[in-house]
Amino acid sequence: MMGYTSKTLILCAGLALAACTSPDRFEGQNGAGAGAGGGMGAGLSGSAQDPKSQAYFQQTIGDRVLFAVDQSTLSAEAEATLSGQANWLMSNPGYNAIIEGHADEQGTREYNLALGARRANAAQEYLISSGVASNRLRVVSYGKERPIEICSSESCYRQNRRAVTVLTARAGS
Amino acid sequence: MMRTMISLFVALTLWAIPVLAQDGGPLRIEITEGVIEPMPFAVPDFVADTAEAREVSRDLSRLVAADLGGTGLFREIPQDAHISRITSFQSPVQYADWRAVNAQALLTGAVSVDGSGRLVVQFRIHDVFAGQELGEGLQFVGTRAGWRRIAHKVADEVYSRITGEGGYFDSRVVFVAESGPKDQRAKRLAIMDYDGANVQYLTDSSSLVLAPRFSPTGDRVLYTSYETGFPRIYVLDVASVGRRTLPTLDGTMSFAPRFGPDGRMVVYSLTQGGNTDLYSMDIGNGQSTRLTSAPSIETAPSYSPDGRRIVFESDRSGTPQLYIMPSQGGEARRISFGQGRYGTPVWSPRGDLVAFTKQSGGRFHIGVMRTDGSEERLLTASFLDEGPTWAPNGRVIMFTRETQGAQGEARLYSVDISGRNLKQVETRGGASDPSWGPLQN
Repeated sequence: MMGYTSKTLILCAGLALAACTSPDRFEGQNGAGAGAGGGMGAGLSGSAQDPKSQAYFQQTIGDRVLFAVDQSTLSAEAEATLSGQANWLMSNPGYNAIIEGHADEQGTREYNLALGARRANAAQEYLISSGVASNRLRVVSYGKERPIEICSSESCYRQNRRAVTVLTARAGS
Repeated sequence: MMRTMISLFVALTLWAIPVLAQDGGPLRIEITEGVIEPMPFAVPDFVADTAEAREVSRDLSRLVAADLGGTGLFREIPQDAHISRITSFQSPVQYADWRAVNAQALLTGAVSVDGSGRLVVQFRIHDVFAGQELGEGLQFVGTRAGWRRIAHKVADEVYSRITGEGGYFDSRVVFVAESGPKDQRAKRLAIMDYDGANVQYLTDSSSLVLAPRFSPTGDRVLYTSYETGFPRIYVLDVASVGRRTLPTLDGTMSFAPRFGPDGRMVVYSLTQGGNTDLYSMDIGNGQSTRLTSAPSIETAPSYSPDGRRIVFESDRSGTPQLYIMPSQGGEARRISFGQGRYGTPVWSPRGDLVAFTKQSGGRFHIGVMRTDGSEERLLTASFLDEGPTWAPNGRVIMFTRETQGAQGEARLYSVDISGRNLKQVETRGGASDPSWGPLQN
């Protein structure tokens, strides 16, 4: 006699259901990921000749500072850029800013998120110490999720280790 | 009814006996650190008595064979080498015919469809050289659409009978499905069977999502999303795909969440003022407790299986290293001392090992060490390997491997904890951040 153990699997309704519906329930909603980090022209207004324009801030003042490997300390060059940003922000009260911290791909996802936060914070602290009201600034880290240069060598990595000051229109202005 | 209950009980009891009796016997794989010779096994197509059953039986028995062969512990004798056919599940097996093709284990089965349209799968494991069955036959019943799960269940039984350890085939993996170029990568949460089948998407790609983590029972997933523009932790119910955000402090970022073994406590990283520390939260009441207070980065926490300790990553020594502390916080003990940087530690389900990512000499590795830091063993090496996750039985690790350069792409790989059997998990496109769920019921 064969003693069979009978186990009825409750194969979840979800499985049966999945067979009837498209596995991709979000088909058609797929944009690219939120366009963060590049300052790739999103929301860019005005010409770079207009000192009050976002384009002027990005291109002439410089919207980003770069960091050495694993570091979040500001170089003299970075401090000069941030001083320019602080002056611009103080004379253009219609804008707030989000400072995005980024890392190169040489590191784990989690560590790079924390490292990017350090970099964004270093830039934010410099802006605040230069006179920008702290309630006009927010920080966010993208870690290694949003490189602007995509090769796997130092020439790209150095561009990716950055803190980018992204202007946002101030509510009510 | 009573009779059924009793026979079920008896059968389950008997079921356990051969495993013990076979200890040291011929049909046994001891999973050790040494190089092993895979056990030759044969899986003739399961017998099917109707056309309807035949539609499923071949695929089902092939999947069982693929599961077992895929472990690297078994080596299938190809069907065209078989000199005997199994045409009746009930007839005695001609063991000499299977010995002749050097099959040490033989799996026979039968597939039928019952009156209510359910799939009924019966199978027996044979010890060919002993000329007898290994334990009792077993039967699984399920929906036809769920045939892959039944096959995985059969393979799990075979695996666990022969190795004496739990299987991992009837399990799922939640991960991040990736598409698009490196500087505009779209990411969405997805869930799939351990072997890459039955992919379902859990989110769209309108927001960046990172590092999903299964709850201990596989019913929920924690993940980080930039939906609000800032990284926050969400908990998603797998069945309903409903989700909610975990409470957090304004102006902070939270990420790297992981469930405790009770499915209620969550440990995570919170960044405030540029400094990242560890917190735990009772997600029942939303109360958070700060676990670390240091100017260094503390992240990538993972609970021990008993919930009493947390292994995490910190750069308090100057470079990222691994530490263990009590789960309520307190003094942390460093456990990583090798050359290089260590990250993303994950406690094994057995509690004895910690898997980690190591960066050393321009390469990334997945490795394991004992919880006191001894016996470090690197299992992989590549341009970028990271984010290990354990199979439910603690024998296999899945992780992300990303290739180099502008065309670089992330894929999932698995490797066993001795470093053997490295292979890619099949996914349609790019994939990262796997979290391996428990064996399903």
